[in-house]
Amino acid sequence: MEDWFNTLSQGLLLGGMYALFATGLSLSFGIMRLINVAHGDLIVLAAFAAIALVEPLAIGPIAALPIVMLLMAGFGYLLQRLFLNRTLGDDPLRPLLVTFGFSIIIQNVLLEVFSADMRGLDAGTIETASLPLGGDVAVGVYPLLVAATAVSVIGALQWLFYRTALGRTFRATSDDHRTAQLMGIDNRRVYALAMALASAVVAIAGVYLAIRTSVGPSDGPQRLLCAFEAVAIGGLGSLWGTLSGGMILGVAQAVGLKLDPGWGAVSGHLAFLLVVVLRPNGLFPKTRDR
Amino acid sequence: MNPLEVHDLHAYYGDFRALHGIDFRVAAGETVAVIGANGAGKSTLLRTITGLLPAPAGSVVFQGRPIGGLPPHAIVRLGIAMVPEGRCLFPSLSVEENLLIGAQFGCRGPWNLARIYRLFPALEEKRAMPATLLSGGQQQMTAIGRALMSNPRLLLCDEVSLGLAPLVVREIYAAMPLIKAEGAAVVVIEQDTGQAMRIADRLYCLQEGRVALEGAPRTFTPERVSLAYFGV
Repeated sequence: MEDWFNTLSQGLLLGGMYALFATGLSLSFGIMRLINVAHGDLIVLAAFAAIALVEPLAIGPIAALPIVMLLMAGFGYLLQRLFLNRTLGDDPLRPLLVTFGFSIIIQNVLLEVFSADMRGLDAGTIETASLPLGGDVAVGVYPLLVAATAVSVIGALQWLFYRTALGRTFRATSDDHRTAQLMGIDNRRVYALAMALASAVVAIAGVYLAIRTSVGPSDGPQRLLCAFEAVAIGGLGSLWGTLSGGMILGVAQAVGLKLDPGWGAVSGHLAFLLVVVLRPNGLFPKTRDR
Repeated sequence: MNPLEVHDLHAYYGDFRALHGIDFRVAAGETVAVIGANGAGKSTLLRTITGLLPAPAGSVVFQGRPIGGLPPHAIVRLGIAMVPEGRCLFPSLSVEENLLIGAQFGCRGPWNLARIYRLFPALEEKRAMPATLLSGGQQQMTAIGRALMSNPRLLLCDEVSLGLAPLVVREIYAAMPLIKAEGAAVVVIEQDTGQAMRIADRLYCLQEGRVALEGAPRTFTPERVSLAYFGV
């Protein structure tokens, strides 16, 4: 029994990580209908940005996080403004191709600058500390921090979307960008702001990933897959759906891993397939948000 | 100076020419109706004024300033608001949020939430509802309110009576004098010629992308209007 509780809590906490991976993707899809194939590579880019910063600045990874968030937000803004805005239109293939191109470019630039070595971030004792919950049950402090961050990030985004003028602008532009322009909304600028926001969340995902495990320049597509699965399970465009999608993916993997050590990743993919077959729109599609 | 001057405007959808040199003006505080059969170019005219379709700079002049070719969001911020055909409310926004989004990039002026709710009292009790769950008439009121919230100098209304019951249409048009009293010039596109002739100071009838008739409605005989409308 305690065994299963352990598995469940581990799965949920792992799900927090996946939810963080997926939130940026969910945002860019929700607001711009843009499927960003380079999303995973942006996570890895953020991880390497943090790795490059901690030593010269002599700060810990958590202290570097705000700097990486700012850098990534600026990068995301320019990426959207200078490149991705030009791909938007009636043809969904163009943004796919351009972001696929960016995926390859980012991987190769990282390979050139950082070599193929796997690198990680050291956050000190927090990485191994754990909270005993009585009996044989304990949860790691770091996974707990990751999951708490995921919930707070999504809570904050939800507040932004439904309680602020900027969020209202995001939703209106997402609903109907032509009419939004008739309201004086510069949709291209809104898209750039949305990408900046998504990239700031990507920075959190990247730094947390590099603390958890080591990352290499070509790890992006793997992260994209997790993110994509979490978004698809949760339902396109819904942030709480994305959080639950991440959790479901995490629990499925933990359960699979417990049944057989080789079944971790596969059970995650099976859970994804099962949801997509039974509910092609995901569990919590956007129309149910309100 | 007239708020809006349109000179020799041509508009195209690809190779198809929808407007053949339209001259169109709106004087301060004036209500202008545009009538014409389907495909006469009424909506195209509004789409060109608001920048949704490109136009040469000098062919559309708003308050002395050439606005042809500006992006729609820049044109709207200068004081032109549009009630689009089919209303186009934002489905994931509540009624009140739809109104507020109109104000976000608008000008200062007499219109605010309280005044809109006074103009259309039916909206106030539904303020928190998703806008697309309202009845057609109330959706149209929301769309007009949303446009007014930007305090436009020029209000463009595309087919506000389309698909609405006559009683509801009358209720919506009853608000027009109040809107006019606040000083905005109004352009309405109407399928309903009778309605258009009742409210307009001046009337344009378009036919196949050209102005077939222009002037004060009371000076026209029904025969002249139907000749301009149908071209037979």
